[in-house]
Amino acid sequence: MSMTQGRSPFIETAELTKRFGAITAVDNMSFKVDQGEFFGFLGPNGAGKTTTINLLTGLARPDSGTIRIAGFECTNDTKAAQHLIGVVPDESNLYPELSGFDNLCFCAALYGMPKKVRRTRARELLEVFGLSEAADRKFAGYSKGMKRKLTIAAGIIHDPPVLFLDEPTTGIDVAGARSIRQLIKDLHRAGTTIFLTTHYIEEAERLCDRIAFIVRGRIVGADTVENLLRPAQGRHVMLATVSRSDQLLREKLAAAFPDCALQDLSGGRFRIESAEPIRIGMLVRFFEEHDVELLEARHIHPSLEDVFVRITGIEADLMKKEKEKTGGGT
Amino acid sequence: MKRWIAFWNILLKDMRAYYLKPPNVSWGLIFPLAWTGMFFIKSGRGIESVLSLLPGVIAISILFGTTSMLSVTVTFEKKGRSFDRLLLAPIPVWLLMLAKTAGAILFGMANAFVPVILALFLGDLSRVDWALALPAVLMIAVVSTFLGLFVAVSVSEVFEAQTFSNFFRFPMIFLCGLFFPVDALPLFLRPLSYLLPLTYGVDILHGAIYGRNMMSLGVDFLAIAIFCVALFYFSLRNLYKKWII
Repeated sequence: MSMTQGRSPFIETAELTKRFGAITAVDNMSFKVDQGEFFGFLGPNGAGKTTTINLLTGLARPDSGTIRIAGFECTNDTKAAQHLIGVVPDESNLYPELSGFDNLCFCAALYGMPKKVRRTRARELLEVFGLSEAADRKFAGYSKGMKRKLTIAAGIIHDPPVLFLDEPTTGIDVAGARSIRQLIKDLHRAGTTIFLTTHYIEEAERLCDRIAFIVRGRIVGADTVENLLRPAQGRHVMLATVSRSDQLLREKLAAAFPDCALQDLSGGRFRIESAEPIRIGMLVRFFEEHDVELLEARHIHPSLEDVFVRITGIEADLMKKEKEKTGGGT
Repeated sequence: MKRWIAFWNILLKDMRAYYLKPPNVSWGLIFPLAWTGMFFIKSGRGIESVLSLLPGVIAISILFGTTSMLSVTVTFEKKGRSFDRLLLAPIPVWLLMLAKTAGAILFGMANAFVPVILALFLGDLSRVDWALALPAVLMIAVVSTFLGLFVAVSVSEVFEAQTFSNFFRFPMIFLCGLFFPVDALPLFLRPLSYLLPLTYGVDILHGAIYGRNMMSLGVDFLAIAIFCVALFYFSLRNLYKKWII
């Protein structure tokens, strides 16, 4: 799937493919990210989000396809563009034995920044990220949220025009995640092109200009949030929870409501979508006739989550729980 | 210039984070002393015989000091993913690996001088050719470090690095002329000696300390230089093949 807009592409991939043995982690992926854009990769665990970031940043090599970043040909060697790239990996991988300040100064030195400049920049970022008081504390002693913030600060120490953020808020408490999102928003507002991977739909919806849904290494849908939501507008969606469900019940339900799109979610939940209003009385009667208790039925407004579920067939809650359980990326 | 800022800071960071830590400093001091003591007691000779152990103890101190550190500074950082941060920096991988190994080379050289300082108090070192001994120490430190690097990038766990290192290190103690002359080895083992880089470094040290070496110094330096280039080249190749997959 190719996505283009009017502006000049800063990141551009064509038919990018990466296999690990029999598994195709990234499958023929083509996309463009414009300069100054906030682009999101949304998908479940194992979808290939982290592998894509690794390919784009030079930590992995593609089996086929091409990568261009800021006009540099980066397919086999990203070195030429690495000074333009900031990377925040899914794990906070700074040096535990160094202080926050020393970690930032070291990261700045990797980009060749002179001593005076890197010290000033490190202090400035510690201030912006609210970590000034912890500047002299060892990174190992930081809380998870503080570690994430310092890792983001390390990613932008050299003021890169493009920042890759891999699951920046996973495993962070609500307040910490909120503050990190605000910092990311500010970076974008200041002109940084952002490539974000996340499994939080609401995070992608709130932050991104454009979102790509990625499943099993393939982009299955991509557009602006507005455009993604458009087909869902005017549709009626009901979420029903019943005491039991089986194949036979599903077949009978589909036969009883032929004009509805039926999706069997886990835990005895059905998602029923229709162009016409869904009459709840008919639904109650159907389940009574089949000796099934209707525990809950509610109309829901189509959201990006619905669009995601419809396009990918993956339940959003399940994706979130699975990700939080494993805490990693692929 | 920017590249050298990165190089210097990687070296400084490793020094602060690893090499100058008390356990490593004590390892660097105690290990050479222990080897000297062990071989001295084993020799059953007088205190003047300590000098005869010097080339072997210098070489072994460098070998164990450097190879042990590489598994920490490289394999451990790769495992913890902080090594990715270095790979993402806009510096060539060869320079990055030189920066990562420079600390181990200096550490190995510092280790070498522990038995030398000890020997200063126990024997007469006035006939030692330092102009030859110092390059020999440097070359042994470089080749041992690159051997450690080769091992470190060939494995994924620190314990694997230590095990794999021992596969090379322990045979070298016996096959490279450290304490037993290569000429005294059974004939079928001698070709193995010449396949190990330490043989050439120790031969230069024998030349510098006693004025007696088996091969010409030119052959020794050339052989050890070839080993350095080959080990560094294959380490980089392994890194590209296994770590940037």
